[in-house]
Amino acid sequence: MTTSTRVIDTDVAIVGGGIMGASAALALRRKGVSVVLLERDLCGSRSSGVNYGGVRRQGRPVSQLPLAQRAHQVWANLPALIGTDGEYQRSGHFKIGRSEADMASLEKYAEVSRDFDLGIQLISGATLRERCPWLGGRAMGGSLCPDDGQANPRLVSPAFALAARRAGAQILERTPMTSVEHDGKLFTVRSGTAVTVRAPVLINCAGAWAGALAAQFGEAVPIHSGHPAMAVTEPLPFFMHWSLGVEGGGIYCRQVARGNLVLGGGAGVALDADRARSERSAIATLAVQAVELLPQLKNAHFIRTWSGTEGYLPDRQPVLGKSHTTPGLIHGFGFAGAGFQIGPGVGEVLAELALDGRSTTPIAAFAIERFLPTTVAEVASTAAAH
Amino acid sequence: MIAPTLQPVIVGAGPAGIRAAQTLVAHGVRPVVMDESARGGGQIYRRPPAHFARSAQTLYGTEAHRATALHSTLDGLYAHIDYQPNSLVWNAQGGQLDVLHGPTQTTRTVPYGQLIVASGATDRVLPVPGWTLPGVYTLGGAQVALKFQGCTIGRNVVLMGTGPLLYLVAYQYAKAGAQAGVKVAAVLDTARFADQLAALPGMLTQPSVLAKGLYYVGWLRAHGVAVHTGVRPVRVEGETRVNAVVWSDGRSEHSVPCDAVGFGYALRSETQLADLLGCRFAWAPMHRAQLPERDSAGRTSVPGVYLAGDGAGIMGADAAEWAGERAALALLADHGVKVDAARAAELESKLTKLMPFRQGLERAFPFPTDWAVNAPDALVVCRCENITAGELRACARDAGADEMNRLKALTRVGMGRCQGRMCGVAAAEILAQATGKPVELVGRLRGQAPIKPIPIHLQAQAAGAASATAEHTA
Ligand SMILES: Cc1cc2nc3c(=O)[nH]c(=O)nc-3n(C[C@H](O)[C@H](O)[C@H](O)COP(=O)(O)OP(=O)(O)OC[C@H]3O[C@@H](n4cnc5c(N)ncnc54)[C@H](O)[C@@H]3O)c2cc1C
Ligand SMILES: Cc1cc2nc3c(=O)[nH]c(=O)nc-3n(C[C@H](O)[C@H](O)[C@H](O)COP(=O)(O)OP(=O)(O)OC[C@H]3O[C@@H](n4cnc5c(N)ncnc54)[C@H](O)[C@@H]3O)c2cc1C
Repeated sequence: MTTSTRVIDTDVAIVGGGIMGASAALALRRKGVSVVLLERDLCGSRSSGVNYGGVRRQGRPVSQLPLAQRAHQVWANLPALIGTDGEYQRSGHFKIGRSEADMASLEKYAEVSRDFDLGIQLISGATLRERCPWLGGRAMGGSLCPDDGQANPRLVSPAFALAARRAGAQILERTPMTSVEHDGKLFTVRSGTAVTVRAPVLINCAGAWAGALAAQFGEAVPIHSGHPAMAVTEPLPFFMHWSLGVEGGGIYCRQVARGNLVLGGGAGVALDADRARSERSAIATLAVQAVELLPQLKNAHFIRTWSGTEGYLPDRQPVLGKSHTTPGLIHGFGFAGAGFQIGPGVGEVLAELALDGRSTTPIAAFAIERFLPTTVAEVASTAAAH
Repeated sequence: MIAPTLQPVIVGAGPAGIRAAQTLVAHGVRPVVMDESARGGGQIYRRPPAHFARSAQTLYGTEAHRATALHSTLDGLYAHIDYQPNSLVWNAQGGQLDVLHGPTQTTRTVPYGQLIVASGATDRVLPVPGWTLPGVYTLGGAQVALKFQGCTIGRNVVLMGTGPLLYLVAYQYAKAGAQAGVKVAAVLDTARFADQLAALPGMLTQPSVLAKGLYYVGWLRAHGVAVHTGVRPVRVEGETRVNAVVWSDGRSEHSVPCDAVGFGYALRSETQLADLLGCRFAWAPMHRAQLPERDSAGRTSVPGVYLAGDGAGIMGADAAEWAGERAALALLADHGVKVDAARAAELESKLTKLMPFRQGLERAFPFPTDWAVNAPDALVVCRCENITAGELRACARDAGADEMNRLKALTRVGMGRCQGRMCGVAAAEILAQATGKPVELVGRLRGQAPIKPIPIHLQAQAAGAASATAEHTA
């Protein structure tokens, strides 16, 4: 029995069907570019589909805010773009301060992010108690970004892939990239003997697993996997619009329209390279912190816990931009537990990079060069140029 | 040979778990035995609260002697095991179990090196329109009410579905009714009489069990209980509570007035713990289910983890006892304890010999494979999340979901308190029907901790509440 290999020639090949890869595919199709996306499992089955669902700009490094603002525009048009609202709500993101130092730090953030019009309001004292009577006593105050919010990642991320498919992208699910070669002009991406994709441009959106592809092209980066711990309660009477965070991290929490509270905080454990779970001590810590934050959770139950596998770089910033070594190769990975909100913006940037070779949104801070040792040859060639 | 360092943990104190414990003790090993319920005995030999005074004969009928034997075995073991009742294992990770002690709402961590999972089964549910009305129970639930609390689910009861439990529960209700004024309004079996006839040869391998089954049916008919075979449930009717069941015989619809319904389609294995433990699963055609793999002795794909009883595939109470003993022998042998190889072989052969009978049962009470085709779009499949068959079909059609976890992610089916224990079987059938795939190819819902809801307000372990092993943390 011989199985024939399906050979596809395309303008752009994408590896990874998370929110980055899928939104890039959609953005490319909207520019009329042919695109083939390879996803080894189902689109949105990894980080992008299992995350906490926080759609927040507040608290991001200033270097990410242009990207976050761009994404914010895309989120505003979600139903028109991907055919579902994905339970996206601009319900407000409230970052809690529990000490004078926390409050000072929140104030400082409001200051440094002023140019981006996040509309941040600092709230404390009587106003705080009035606006959120459900908040536990340890909160001194906090910082509200009214237009930040939340969405259901399980719906949003697969919907980007579906929308891309409807727009004409070839989305190949259950199709792992098993090898890739570059002949100086074309990439040849293979999925076993089943599929071969040839394209002049290859986008690396393989999430926590993107390091191997980068390394193959001489760009090994110190990426490691992280596993944020998640838990959800049974449905409770609706009481809280805001998505909550805590200055300095620890716990975050939101209530979905159905009444369940989704909570995150602490780290899960890896079962293997692909799978992770919430860890028992993380669940215990989450439980304690949840009741402290929202005393009325005291009599609630957790009905499920889970985690996911996400890529982290040492500075907790992504790698986003063109390869340093290989023309046509573009990276978009390592979003450090915070890529869901900016995903749709990243997709547009990746499409621009693929088409125009440059991005209209500043992304210099995310260049892969920051991790690459400066080689002797490079030093020599820069010296010669001067 | 005594293995002093060995302290296996057994989860489940039903027939399988008790025999496993007994076997370990007989070899000088002191196991930890935990069970979610307050008193050991498992489902079939469930014991009422201690102060209830009803005879074993009343509670277990023809099985009274077996029940008594098993209960006294457990009672005799207390001095030799660390018995932890009221203890729900809600998570397993890194060689430790997380255990919720129900009455005190405390949780503790129990380490294990070897584990026998004997977690039993629950009803296999295929919803029918109206099944969420008050007054509708599963067959097992109807029986638990009778066995555990000595009360019935109603006074005029319809029992519906298929499987051996259907006739057993009908018989038990009709008998109980003789004193309590409870009536079995009808027994509605989706299996056809022809199925039962065709199954006879296989069933003859266990003549005494077959005889019991025939006896129940005969008794019911002799006592004027309407027994209909080959039926298709159409709907349960009622405003605030069930007041009738409508069923079809293929030509016309019939209505039976009633004030309660017990329904179910045999049982499904409780496999969440095996799943969390990382056991490899495979499709088991006879059980029409994805089940943890095990060898003939009960070893799973995970070293140190053994399975016994209905939790690894529905085989009934006798098989559970044998499998519990067999798994314990395997565990002992795997840890260098000398065991009676002839006994091990005998147990395996008993289990093997049961297969034709089990297959006979499947023929006699076949799973209604046409259920999904006939399930209307408006039928609520997942009652925790209120998800209908139509929503599941739409998801398969519009979003291309062809696998259970994707279906769950997109629709919330199985995302509620029961995590799919109730709706999982039905959702898989609907997905298979909607995608045109055989049901074995739609996969299974992945298990997630907690196995059952746990209070957020987790108390640390109360002093002295658990065995000496409980404080040992890695
Ligand atoms: C538990 C958790 C909570 C989070 N909470 C938030 C939050 O509240 N807000 C927020 O903004 N961000 C959050 N994040 C981060 C966010 O989810 C991620 O940054 C984002 O989803 C990353 O998207 P991605 O497309 O890069 O990666 P992924 O979604 O991981 O996608 C990568 C894809 O590549 C595929 N792949 C890998 N290798 C191959 C191969 N060889 N061939 C084919 N396919 C391959 C994988 O199967 C995967 O589907 C959270 C992350 C986690 C894990
Ligand atoms: C409701 C019901 C009624 C039944 N009635 C009959 C009958 O009348 N006649 C008949 O022949 N068969 C009956 N059966 C089938 C019968 O249960 C089995 O054949 C037999 O009991 C199997 O024994 P077992 O030891 O495998 O499991 P079980 O007897 O089911 O025992 C499993 C035990 O494990 C415990 N357990 C499970 N998970 C956990 C956990 N995570 N943590 C702690 N404890 C746990 C349970 O509380 C239970 O006590 C019934 C089944 C059910 C579900």
